[in-house]
Formats: sequence, C-alpha cells, structure tokens
Amino acid sequence: MIEKHPRLIRWTHWLNFALLAIMVWSGVLIYWANDVYRPFFPLWFYNFFRINHRLAEGMAIHFTFMWPTAVNGTVYFVYLLISGQSREIFPHPRSWLRLGRDAFRVALYDLGLAKELPRQDGIYNAAQKIAYSGILLMGMGSIASGLAIYKPIQAYWLTSLLGGYDFARLIHFVLAMGYVLFLIIHVIQVLRAGWRNLRSMIAGFDLPGEIK
Amino acid sequence: MKDPIAREVHKRTRRSILAGLAGAVIGISGWKWLFSQERDEGLPWPLRRVLGLNETLASACYSNSRLTPQPPAPAPGSPIRINGPLGLESPVDFTQWSLRIAGPFEGEYEKEFSLDEIRKMPRTETTTELKCIEGWTERFSYSGVKFSDFLVQLGRPDRPAYVGFETPDGEYYVSLDMDSMLHPQTLLAYEMNGKPLLIAHGAPLRLLVPVKYGIKSLKRVGTITFSDERLPDYWAERGYDWYAGL
Repeated sequence: MIEKHPRLIRWTHWLNFALLAIMVWSGVLIYWANDVYRPFFPLWFYNFFRINHRLAEGMAIHFTFMWPTAVNGTVYFVYLLISGQSREIFPHPRSWLRLGRDAFRVALYDLGLAKELPRQDGIYNAAQKIAYSGILLMGMGSIASGLAIYKPIQAYWLTSLLGGYDFARLIHFVLAMGYVLFLIIHVIQVLRAGWRNLRSMIAGFDLPGEIK
Repeated sequence: MKDPIAREVHKRTRRSILAGLAGAVIGISGWKWLFSQERDEGLPWPLRRVLGLNETLASACYSNSRLTPQPPAPAPGSPIRINGPLGLESPVDFTQWSLRIAGPFEGEYEKEFSLDEIRKMPRTETTTELKCIEGWTERFSYSGVKFSDFLVQLGRPDRPAYVGFETPDGEYYVSLDMDSMLHPQTLLAYEMNGKPLLIAHGAPLRLLVPVKYGIKSLKRVGTITFSDERLPDYWAERGYDWYAGL
C-alpha cells in the first residue's frame, strides 16, 4: 500500500467542500438583493432554491462561516507546504511552458481527441497541477476580495488594489462561480478516474501498479 | 482466504467511510442545532454572537482617519437615488419641526434646535459614495454640520458610547457607536448635491454616515438620544448586523 493523502489533507478537503457550499449558497442569498450581473440567475433559479428575501440571514451566515472556511483553508495550505505535498501540486517555475502544453494534451485526451496522455511525473498530471494550484489561488483571492467588499473603507488600500468596490465585488462573484465550475469538472473527473482514486481521498492509500 | 493486503485495504476503507459518515452526521446535526436555537433579534443566537465578535474586531481596527472615497462632486441638483420611505409616511409640519435632544440625563440635557439654528452652526461640505446593504452605491455631495461640531455646539463634554436617532413619528429608528458618529464625514445634513433636501431624502434634516451601510443614515431626524447602553435599531431587530460598519 502506498500512502497518498495524509489524514489532515483528507479531512480539510471534505470539510472545505461543505464550508464552500455554505459560503456560495449564503453568498447567493446576499447577491439576490442587488443582482447586477443579470441575467446570470434566472427567476426560476431564485424560486427553486428559495433565495428570495433572505439578505439578513445570508449575511449572518456568510460572516459567521467565513471564519471556519478561512481557517480550514489556511490549515490545508500550511500543511500542504510543511508536509511537502505541495511539491506534487505546485508546478515548477521553470517548466511552465511544458506544463501548459501538457495540460492542453491532457484536456484533449479527456475529451477523447488524443490517444495518449503526456508523460507525467508524480501523482498529478499537468492539468491537475494547474487546477489544484489554481483553486488555492482562488481561495486567497476570495479572502482578499471578500475583505475588500466587507470593509471597503477600513481596508480601502485593498479595495483600491483590487480595482475598487464594484470590481472587487465582481472578482468575489466570479471566484464563487469558479468554485461551482471546478466542482462540476472535479466530480466528472473523479467519476471517470474510478473508485481507487476516490478511495485515496477517503482512506488515504493507493495500491501499487496503475497509479492514476 | 483473503490475503493480508486485501484485508488491510478492506479494513482501512471501511474505517474511513465510517469516520466520514460520523463526521457528516455531526456536521448536519450541528447545522440543524444552529438553526433551531432561540432567536436573538431575528437570528439564531450563535450567529448573533459571532456578529458581535466581528463587531468587536472591526471596532478595534476602526480609525476615523480613513475617509470614504471622495469622487468629484456631481453637478448641483443632480438626482440621487431614492430608497426607503420608512418614517417619512406620516404628515409633518415643517414650520413646526425642531430637532430634539434627549437623555441620558433627561431634563438636564433636553434641548431643541430649529433648522435655522443648525444652519448657523459650522458648515461642512463633502462628497462620498454611500453604500447600500443590498450592494449598490450612490455618489453625491452633501452639506450640513459635522456631528463632532454639533456635539461642541451642544456643549457636551462627555462622550456616551451610543447615539440613537428617531424619525418624528417614531416609525424608523437607528443607533450607532460614538466612534462612527465622530467620523469627519458623519453629518447632520440639510443639503444634498447643493440643494435643500427633498422630502424623500429626509427633509428638513437627515443623518449621513458613510462609514456605515445606508440603513443607518436616517432621514427626517426627529430626536437624538445619547446613552451608555445600546439603543433600539430597526434593522438590527429584523436580523441584520447592528454594527453594519464598512
């Protein structure tokens, strides 16, 4: 048996899924009150998920669960660094060109447009490295843009750094929708990769042989 | 029958799935517990408690030296978005209007000011972006007396922790922390975009506190109350954060 995902990474990974779901949902409760990026959510969406007239509740939930979400994400990130797991995820600065090319070839393969996967070193392929590093950057972006629109006067330097209140709000919104998009692709890829891969994020181990 | 590795795989998988399910059950029970708690002003008390902690942190970091963005003043008379008729629906006789000051040492500090008296106080003009709690922003200029100047005029050497505002009909009321009231852009305003206040904007005198969401900028001020205790607040009673600071 090969140890693939440490216990702390697995717990924070699954906890992050629940917390992000709460943050995105309560965020939509807030967004409803001034839905400027129309027609992003159609009316039936608001009705179906009972989003209407829940601004106060949405804000209270959002500004409560922002704490465990940020703490959980930080624990995950710090542990990734100190455990050395980050070496599997972060692309090497000198291989960015190759990384982009390989990720493109992985995407072609996944879409059935290429026969072979590019050679990969380590447990993640180039597309996974981009996706998993990207989601970490997105998390940092959500914290920064969130603070920028939560305290735009006290944290004015951050708000102006992010292009002002309205633009910071747009960043925060796009990142939130990015998590939903990430989730959809992630789930499809996990289903395709099969039980052994999913089990490694549940029980932590993989078996020698075909490592995927 | 099975080889030891297969047994170990089976054992660890089962153990992890059970631990995960236990975690999920604890999480879902915690969520249900949270929303079945007694309500404190429209929110389950644990949420209200966290908003209070956020407020403690925010007021510890608060500084009056940070001003709101100051866009160029719009042309005089430019229209300004009208939002919320709360407290403006009762008829009011503007010739009889006066600003009343109450508490906490009632009687001793009970005072009244006419609009003319307020207009004679030191005048401040500023421009800001006022943010609505719904998410939109409105830019305008406004003039009036800075609340810190008003306190000097009032002759109050003390600084009670809380200030309450109420419309003459008592239908709308807010309360604020003294720190935010002393912000240099916190005004008792009688003009917006260079023109006397419209009735819909809170004539004859309104509060403008751009370091708070617009819900705190009460229109048509009737009574101001000072207190060492937190005073009632219309939106906080309806599930919103009392502090509402930006």
